[in-house]
Amino acid sequence: MSTQIVTKDSRHTLSVLVKHNLNTFSRILGIFSGKGFELESVTFASEAEQGMARITITTYGDESTVEQISKHLHNVIDVVKVTDLTHKKCIERELAIVKVSTAKAGRPEIMLIAQAFKAKVIDITDDKLALEVTGNTDKVDAMIKVLKPYGITEMSRTGSVALKREFQGAVNIN
Amino acid sequence: MKSNQPTSTAKKNAQPSSLQAIEKPEDCPHNGAEILIKTLADLGVETIFGYPGGAVLPVYDTLFDNHDLNHVLIRHEQSGTHAADGYARATGKPGVVLATSGPGGTNTVTGIATAMMDSIPLVVFTGQVPTGVIGNDAFQEADIVGITRPITKQNYLVRDVDELEHVIREAFHIATNGRPGPVLVDLPKDMLNTPARYSGMKKVEIPSFKPHIQGHGTQIAKAAEMLSEAKKPLIYVGGGAILGEAWEEVTAFAERLNIPVTTTLMGLGAFPESKPQSLGMLGMHGTWAANMAMTECDVLLAVGARFDDRVTGRLDGFSQKSRKIHIDIDPSCIGKNVPVEVPIVGDVKHVIPAIDKLAGPPDTTDWWDTIHTWQREHPLKVPKADNCIYPQHMVKMISEVTGGNAIVVTDVGQHQMWAAQHYRFNHPRSWISSGGLGTMGFGFPAAMGAALACPDREVVCITGDGGFQMLSCELATAVEYNIPVKIALMNNNCLGMVRQWQQLFYGNRTSYSVFGSNNPDFVKMAECYGAVGMRATTPAEMQQVLNDAMKIKDKPVLMDLRVVETENCYPMVPAGAALNEMVESDEECGQ
Repeated sequence: MSTQIVTKDSRHTLSVLVKHNLNTFSRILGIFSGKGFELESVTFASEAEQGMARITITTYGDESTVEQISKHLHNVIDVVKVTDLTHKKCIERELAIVKVSTAKAGRPEIMLIAQAFKAKVIDITDDKLALEVTGNTDKVDAMIKVLKPYGITEMSRTGSVALKREFQGAVNIN
Repeated sequence: MKSNQPTSTAKKNAQPSSLQAIEKPEDCPHNGAEILIKTLADLGVETIFGYPGGAVLPVYDTLFDNHDLNHVLIRHEQSGTHAADGYARATGKPGVVLATSGPGGTNTVTGIATAMMDSIPLVVFTGQVPTGVIGNDAFQEADIVGITRPITKQNYLVRDVDELEHVIREAFHIATNGRPGPVLVDLPKDMLNTPARYSGMKKVEIPSFKPHIQGHGTQIAKAAEMLSEAKKPLIYVGGGAILGEAWEEVTAFAERLNIPVTTTLMGLGAFPESKPQSLGMLGMHGTWAANMAMTECDVLLAVGARFDDRVTGRLDGFSQKSRKIHIDIDPSCIGKNVPVEVPIVGDVKHVIPAIDKLAGPPDTTDWWDTIHTWQREHPLKVPKADNCIYPQHMVKMISEVTGGNAIVVTDVGQHQMWAAQHYRFNHPRSWISSGGLGTMGFGFPAAMGAALACPDREVVCITGDGGFQMLSCELATAVEYNIPVKIALMNNNCLGMVRQWQQLFYGNRTSYSVFGSNNPDFVKMAECYGAVGMRATTPAEMQQVLNDAMKIKDKPVLMDLRVVETENCYPMVPAGAALNEMVESDEECGQ
């Protein structure tokens, strides 16, 4: 809840399978705005299955708050399934497009950084580079942090999309 | 019910409507409006509360010569939702409302929110501008689906007439299953005019909506064990026991185990107050014994209740010594305000008998001694005088005159709390009050709805001079349909509860809460509508007025009962205090 002190540790990723309609999407957003829950990012897109959509939500809160969020999501009639991926092994990706100024350091230095993060250069102008980076949120955050001193002129992030990893166990190497 | 709308003369003079002229293909003999009415009738709807307007004219054209439904022409759409709500609370069947687009829809909002907070099954149909102009700020256009999203369980904008019938059936299914609640269906005018096929397919299957009915076996066994071993058990019954029609199960269970029972405002009637196990209502204006029992108990069984702030008082002082079991059909109610050791998601009607099978009676002899001491030392006080009417006495007298068998409907405020405290509720679905939202104006239209639903029962609307005036226009409806609601208007010439709070917490600065002599003459008001008006200023007069009123069976009666204006409602848990920090008089509050 907004009154609680939130820590980075209590970030939760919820994957919500819904019937594809905007009313449902609005109802889900309404839970966060109306009941005062935190919302870091949300993505909404069609599922492989006809007429369905998947919403990936990243939120902050302690266990009981996130449990409440999950229960409220379940109460939305068109919500088919809510999965809290936080304590599961999951595959999580975010895409960001970052425009960085090349005025301070020049292109090669920025491109080296891009290389380190496996980011692609997707646009070049006289004084700017546009980089595309994919990875989990931490990786995207890290690249942004490194690029910041050079001057980020514009940026667009998708927010996380995530799915449960099929393999949930651990390999015994002995 | 007198059905004088439309009149037979009106029908004689009527021409075929332009709608009937629209050619309907052979395989689609009905338009959307006809499908709406046909589906409602098929779903067993008998009464709808509505108000016409441009966007719903196709429906009203269908209603003109339809005999399957009783349409009640209310005088304000807000009343329509409250009346449908009262109808639903009195019967358990969903209440149905019909309103036009724009202002018609927005007027239903307060009633829908009221139903949402108290989990009342309601299906509201609103007209909408034709699909082609939605979003163009057309005349009487409002995004009612957007507006009502947070106050409905589900809502729909019908964009394909072929889906209309299914949407209506789905709306009723959702409104009445699981935790009940209001559902709104928005009907663009062109959808109502377009021909479509009526299927009559009754089955509704919503894969994503499957409420848990049976509780979890392990949790049930744990609950039974905890209750059997308890020294100071308490059952706390909320509105869920009424909505889930589990009053018999709850009563049998509590009696067999001899466990004290307290009910919330919404749970009144779920457990008969004539039984020795009843402690009455708990909470802000609950009984001393109920609130102390809640504070001191060691095992608490919450049955279809939601630990509302008016029940718990200050949370860190709420029932700290108890291990808690919570049965609720809505998982989001469990653990929301108060941590619970044994959560049981399920239907009370199934879960209580399951616990009953496994639980043995706990040893509660000492516990009952303590409770009896509280009851003896702190009973509810009913002040009486010969020359003036005390509000508590007024409720007591109504309770006696009706034998405790009436359906009591209230507005919100002091009178509501006194009614809850002093009327002896022995039957379920006999107490109708806006608990969660606290909607002033609710009482009278809800009483009309209850009276139409239960023509054989006495319906008394205990209201205040503030709340009644909010929707007093419905006197016209009650007279038109010969609805014999007895309105017991507790007239203290002020907004009593607001004034009480101002006295107690705002240094007696009674800002804008006193009407004084600016109230209307309620007797004349009743008479100008064609209702019966009566007045009483002493208990003897009140007795006479009540006796006379009960004899009237064909029109509403408005009793202007002048009560002691300065009386305040106690016991009271002041805002921010714990449940056991009750005050019992003005003096204790330093007044």
